[in-house]
Amino acid sequence: MNLADHPDKGTSFDVAVIGAGVVGAALARAFTLAGARVVVLEKAVDVLDGASKGNSAILHTGFDAPEASVELACIREGYALYHDIRDRLGLPLVRAGAMVLAWTEEEEAGLPALIAQATANGVLDVQPLTGPEAQTLEPALSRAVRAGFQVPGEHLIDPWSAAHGYLLQALANGAVLKRQTEVLAGRRSGDRWHLATTTGDVSANLVINAAGLWGDEVDRRVTGESWFTIRPRKGQFVVYDKTAAALAGHILLPVPTKITKGIVVCRTAFGNLLVGPTAEEQDDREHAPVERPTLQALMRRGEEILPALAGHEVTAVYAGLRPATEEKEYRIRTDLAPGYICVGGIRSTGLSAALGIAEHVVRLAERSHTPIADPVWPRMTNISVDGARDWQCPGHGGIVCHCELVTRREIEAALTGPLATGSLAGLKRRTRVTMGRCQGFYCTAELARMTEGRLAQPMAEPPHD
Amino acid sequence: MTEPEVIVIGSGPAGLGAATALAQAGRRVLVLERETQAGGIPRHCGHYPFGMREFQRLLRGPDYAARLTDAARAAGVTIRTRTTVTSLQPGGVVEITDDAGPSALTAKVVLMATGVRETSRAARLIGGEKPGGVLSTGALQGMVYLNRQRPFRQPVILGSELVAFSALLTCRHAGIRPLAMIEPASRITTRTSARWLAAAMRVPILLHSDIAAIHGRTRVDGVTLATPAGQRDLPADGVIVSGGFRPDAALLVGSHLQIDAASGGPVIDRWGRLSDPAYFACGNLLRGVETAGWCWSEGRRVAQAILAALQDHLPEPGGVRLSLAHPALRLAVPQVVGAGASGSPYDRLQVRLSRPAKGQLRLMQDGRILAATRIDSRPERRLSLLLPHKLGHGPLTLTIDEKT
Ligand SMILES: Cc1cc2nc3c(=O)[nH]c(=O)nc-3n(C[C@H](O)[C@H](O)[C@H](O)COP(=O)(O)OP(=O)(O)OC[C@H]3O[C@@H](n4cnc5c(N)ncnc54)[C@H](O)[C@@H]3O)c2cc1C
Ligand SMILES: Cc1cc2nc3c(=O)[nH]c(=O)nc-3n(C[C@H](O)[C@H](O)[C@H](O)COP(=O)(O)OP(=O)(O)OC[C@H]3O[C@@H](n4cnc5c(N)ncnc54)[C@H](O)[C@@H]3O)c2cc1C
Repeated sequence: MNLADHPDKGTSFDVAVIGAGVVGAALARAFTLAGARVVVLEKAVDVLDGASKGNSAILHTGFDAPEASVELACIREGYALYHDIRDRLGLPLVRAGAMVLAWTEEEEAGLPALIAQATANGVLDVQPLTGPEAQTLEPALSRAVRAGFQVPGEHLIDPWSAAHGYLLQALANGAVLKRQTEVLAGRRSGDRWHLATTTGDVSANLVINAAGLWGDEVDRRVTGESWFTIRPRKGQFVVYDKTAAALAGHILLPVPTKITKGIVVCRTAFGNLLVGPTAEEQDDREHAPVERPTLQALMRRGEEILPALAGHEVTAVYAGLRPATEEKEYRIRTDLAPGYICVGGIRSTGLSAALGIAEHVVRLAERSHTPIADPVWPRMTNISVDGARDWQCPGHGGIVCHCELVTRREIEAALTGPLATGSLAGLKRRTRVTMGRCQGFYCTAELARMTEGRLAQPMAEPPHD
Repeated sequence: MTEPEVIVIGSGPAGLGAATALAQAGRRVLVLERETQAGGIPRHCGHYPFGMREFQRLLRGPDYAARLTDAARAAGVTIRTRTTVTSLQPGGVVEITDDAGPSALTAKVVLMATGVRETSRAARLIGGEKPGGVLSTGALQGMVYLNRQRPFRQPVILGSELVAFSALLTCRHAGIRPLAMIEPASRITTRTSARWLAAAMRVPILLHSDIAAIHGRTRVDGVTLATPAGQRDLPADGVIVSGGFRPDAALLVGSHLQIDAASGGPVIDRWGRLSDPAYFACGNLLRGVETAGWCWSEGRRVAQAILAALQDHLPEPGGVRLSLAHPALRLAVPQVVGAGASGSPYDRLQVRLSRPAKGQLRLMQDGRILAATRIDSRPERRLSLLLPHKLGHGPLTLTIDEKT
């Protein structure tokens, strides 16, 4: 039901990107700007329906990434590029800075090594902190904090507008998006791939697998085998009311372990306070349920770090799935089949690294298109706390979502245009409608009216008597 | 309209009750309402009984809301819909936004009457996935009565406050057949007379039970219940998360005005005045839920206090902050009690419990009982205590001498 994704936009392309997560979005942008004719194939009703649906939304510096890894290089490059292009695309940046905090003797003992690693990774502005110094910077912090260090470059972004912005720029410069289009199989003949999809065949010289949680499966479907296995790792979160955001200016990070970056407490780009994620292995790639005992444990952890958090209202809870694999490193490979690049296992840093991954893959692809000389730069409407909002401008048509101050004009815009959404979840990601305190108590009916006949899965059956 | 003397935020029964009374007394009143229609919650309560107190007639919610609105306009009240108040500034300066963009309005007195909402699924930490079709009663009513839509066919209803039975009525109206009502407590919250409705609709009430998980990726395709007999799956296609009323105090958050942590609403004195005396409040914003009729008459009484304020006839702000000194006490309004005069709109403490309790409810100061009443009550039941006119200066506490 994505009327925007018109079928007669062709079936023959230079590059086919499988998957419209944040990585696929950045790839589509980079290859389009490099001069290729790109198609993005996404099986879901809307983009960002996989791993990119729920994350912590931290723009990482790479201070704790594995040394000399592709991941580190991509995070560094992605981080720099995000800063370069964000103004032109209208993408937010909340300059929070992070503090890595040690709560036990053992953790404290690990700090020097982490600081050394940050330096080795090229993050040169880290600053050691004593417990009292940390408390001076963050007065709401528990007295139990022993020591830590500051990473001034870690920032907060909007988890979705970045990917939307990349895709929108790709589309504005000639790329084609096909949603509800699942890649079923691939066949190479001559120098072209022929992909069988649920909406017909698509051909391209170069196929890029950016299928996130389904990366191994898409490898198998296209090339016949996969060289890794996805092991989904769930992360649950609790999002507190905006009243709690004043309790932490910095992103409060724990000392990371081998498996996870651990439980973070930070603001969100929308002015809430978030605690999470957990790291729970599971087999299911589609369903990411939250569990009350786990959420309660997260809340307890949050209150240990910020005692004043107790009593603040919970606004939202959610869970995301990381496309983890047997190994930590990204699974990027060009030699599985000719004209095929696998960009798999972008586990827990893909939001930060996406732009860097895209440049890296463009270089790997070694193609000789002529870059677009004067690309179009569409601008995203700001829905974060970093800048003016639509309700502050005339002609917005009135407020629909009262908690997040989402306007009628914003909702209309999300339902139209080249990246028009056909799902309620997509509408939420683009506008934040129903994502505030009341979680849809006030605006659900109005929204059901506005979206009538415009969503693949309607909010309600049509009028009764 | 020339500059209003009074701005009322919210056009529910409380706001319109007050606005009408003020206009009838010759004051220039502007009501600001963010929805497209005035009338507040009753706009989407398509059932009876509304209006007995106000119009001596039995009305459905939407007709009642229309009548309240007509009465206010007839009295000379200006109502501006599609106008959202975005922040409150000291001295009665109200920032708004509407289609023309942001602007500010000023009045001598601003009355807040922004009502209550239900507690969300997220705030209750209900497990499972996050499909569409998990709705509050308010959202369900809006879809059914305002849009004539049907969001699901066989949901479960969580909660057993009175509003859960409104949800049942709403379902019946739309041809929706709930599979069960689920209540974590050992008995239903509202007065048991509401039980007949569930029985008549053949909807079982499962006590001591809770929703352990909601299933489905885009639409609800089942729920798992935790019951005394263990976990149990129901093929529900929706969930109505009802009740758990909480004041819509969003405007107070981040403003200069004091919030009461216990009620979640503003701190008021017995005149309905907030910590900045340019602001007053009434209606369900104060305490969670009361009926529309109650809120309407509360609005009319607060209007009298506002009229006195406009003539500088109110006593100076001041008084002692009440503290709750018993675990079964959930909230008490007003929170600031000064020496009284007759005619104050909040001459009674309105009290709610957090658990059932039996005994004597007591207002204490300097070791003396200022007022007391026998109670044998439960959460969500109305409780009140007449405030004395004479007060000392020591700390004021409310407590229960409990009989176990
Ligand atoms: C809990 C959590 C916290 C995180 N925190 C951060 C953070 O703070 N900072 C950060 O930088 N990163 C973070 N991440 C990581 C980041 O979210 C991921 O790295 C990133 O989203 C991966 O994106 P992707 O595009 O590779 O995969 P996905 O988003 O999964 O995209 C793949 C897409 O491919 C589609 N697809 C699959 N199979 C097919 C097919 N056969 N045909 C067509 N389409 C198909 C899917 O529908 C999906 O849309 C976090 C992740 C999680 C889960
Ligand atoms: C789902 C539900 C069902 C109910 N059913 C019944 C019932 O059947 N019978 C009954 O007697 N009571 C019922 N109630 C109780 C209800 O709260 C009262 O009937 C009554 O509506 C309370 O009146 P009020 O004026 O305090 O608030 P409301 O009626 O809630 O009115 C508040 C108004 O303020 C507006 N507002 C809020 N913030 C702003 C802002 N920032 N800017 C502009 N406008 C704003 C809102 O849009 C709303 O119109 C129900 C409540 C709920 C939530």
